Amino acid sequence: MALLSVKNLRIEIKTRAGVAPVIDDLSFDLDAGESLSFVGESGCGKSMTALALMGLLPEGVGSVASGSITFDGEDLTQASEARLRALRGNDISMIFQEPMTSLNPLYTVGEQIAEVLRAHQGLSRKQAWDQAVELLDAVRIPNARARAEDYPFQMSGGQRQRVMIAIALACQPKILIADEPTTALDVTVQAQIFDLLQDMRRQTGSAIILITHDMGAVAEMAERMIVMYAGRKAELGPVDTIIAHPRHPYTAGLISCVPHILSTLTSEREDLVEVPGIVPALQDFGKDLCLFASRCRHAQPKCVNQRPPEIAFGNTHQAACWRAEEL
Amino acid sequence: MQILQAFAIRSGYAVILLIAVLVLNFSMMHLAPGDVADTISQSMGGADQELLDKIRADYGLDQPFIVQLGRYIGGVLQFDLGFSFFYNQPVTDLILQRLPATLLLVITAQVLALLIGVVMGVISARRPNGMLSHFVTFLALFGYAAPVFWTGILLLIAFSLKIQWFPVAGMMDVSVEGGFWFRAGDIARHMVLPVITLGSIFLALYSRLARATMMETLGSDFVRTAKAKGLSPNQVVYKHALKNSLSPVITLAGLQFSAVISGAVLVEAVFSWPGLGTLAFQSIIARDTPTILGILFFSALVVIVGNLLTDLALRLIDPRVGGKG
Repeated sequence: MALLSVKNLRIEIKTRAGVAPVIDDLSFDLDAGESLSFVGESGCGKSMTALALMGLLPEGVGSVASGSITFDGEDLTQASEARLRALRGNDISMIFQEPMTSLNPLYTVGEQIAEVLRAHQGLSRKQAWDQAVELLDAVRIPNARARAEDYPFQMSGGQRQRVMIAIALACQPKILIADEPTTALDVTVQAQIFDLLQDMRRQTGSAIILITHDMGAVAEMAERMIVMYAGRKAELGPVDTIIAHPRHPYTAGLISCVPHILSTLTSEREDLVEVPGIVPALQDFGKDLCLFASRCRHAQPKCVNQRPPEIAFGNTHQAACWRAEEL
Repeated sequence: MQILQAFAIRSGYAVILLIAVLVLNFSMMHLAPGDVADTISQSMGGADQELLDKIRADYGLDQPFIVQLGRYIGGVLQFDLGFSFFYNQPVTDLILQRLPATLLLVITAQVLALLIGVVMGVISARRPNGMLSHFVTFLALFGYAAPVFWTGILLLIAFSLKIQWFPVAGMMDVSVEGGFWFRAGDIARHMVLPVITLGSIFLALYSRLARATMMETLGSDFVRTAKAKGLSPNQVVYKHALKNSLSPVITLAGLQFSAVISGAVLVEAVFSWPGLGTLAFQSIIARDTPTILGILFFSALVVIVGNLLTDLALRLIDPRVGGKG
């Protein structure tokens, strides 16, 4: 059985114009130790999915309308707040996009790591601190014992993201959700953080859900990927298969957007392809049509009349497009 | 250690500032027309030039300005603030008699306003649409709009005259004998209305600011991190969010210290509270220059000490304030 199984998940948020489904009929499985990636442009519901898994949807704004999130045989959409607290940071943990602001400026990084160990593992202050130092060392912060006494403002962005990773992995969670963990960092630091995540995954055996819009990161980090568009799953499958032969026009567009490094900087560069148009407005999200149709060069009359079903290619690959078989 | 060092440096600046305040106060009083000799002669029903000159010579008022200033500052450095002809005793003694009453009133009002304000701010920030949240908004409006003396008189009419819960004026009931605890209770009973009057303005300020900063902090990324760690709501709010919201409130409280003292002058006048405010009021009427200067000096001292403490508190809370790094 899968470690995490999401079935027909629908998340609605309240807007002035009414209720809109930011996640619409999303299903996927995650196996223990697996690495799955969510890809899509801003506002497609990637982060909402992550927050829903953590039970941290913004109160009074977003909520799970239907569907289930089954983790280890337990439906998290029905779990009590206390139960979710026991899971958060312990079995399912998360790193965020903004390392500069995600740490509390008034506590030492050591304390911020030790805190989660005390909360979930019942360690004493001394034990938790010692383990926090070990974790800092594990995320390759040099001179960990001294640096544990530092405050976040004394660290660089990359170091802070390492601290966030140390916090997230402190209790050896079964699932680590990384929400655009490198977006705010320098390119060189990005590579280091991905290396670190891969290493830590090997050591702890955690499954990783990587949320990103960086196709390069997906290719490097993930085994399977889910392409999201406007709150709906556009395509799901093994990374290699999808990159080799995308079945959804949106996926194809995303892949062709990735610039390739040329052997010489001066040689002529092929023009980059863009996906024309913009994401539909939130109030259109629930409509019975293909939300990508307005931007799709393969669109047919059918596409604006009915929502496409998920067409399966083998056991592992699905795409939600009327013309998936032809493309 | 760094905090002590910073404190020492700040104290040095404070002394320089105090001397500047002294010079400025003295110069301004000197520029104002009329002096002690005029007042004394008036109270005697008029005097001739000879007598005026004699009085001026007695008080050293015939000396050049710079000599008078030098003498005054020299005196202050030895804790001698001059002699009040009106009260017929040294100004230092006079002020030290009155200072505790004012400090008691000011500090109680300030501390209560700060504590209650922060608690109200936190609770209303957690439920922005709750009853208390609306109450805080209303209270802030009221606190800004209502003048101190008006609130004071209104409270007096309501709770001393109509419903006789609290005494009308003064600090203690001298007609009744009693031990220490009886005396303390008696003073506390006298304090209730003045403290409410003085504290209400600042409670309004602090609760509103606490509510606003707390709401902002609760939406910040590190609070989300704290929630994602699986900490309890109280840990998230009190350990992570509140500490980050305190700095602006403490800064404001430090800045308001001078306003609390000037507010105390009005409140003391309304409730006949035997403190520096009442003394200031009386000595201004009496043109008692040494006493006025002494009170100004002590007010400056209290404000400067208040600011030093604010600075110290901010350093203790936030490692980024003037810290290493």
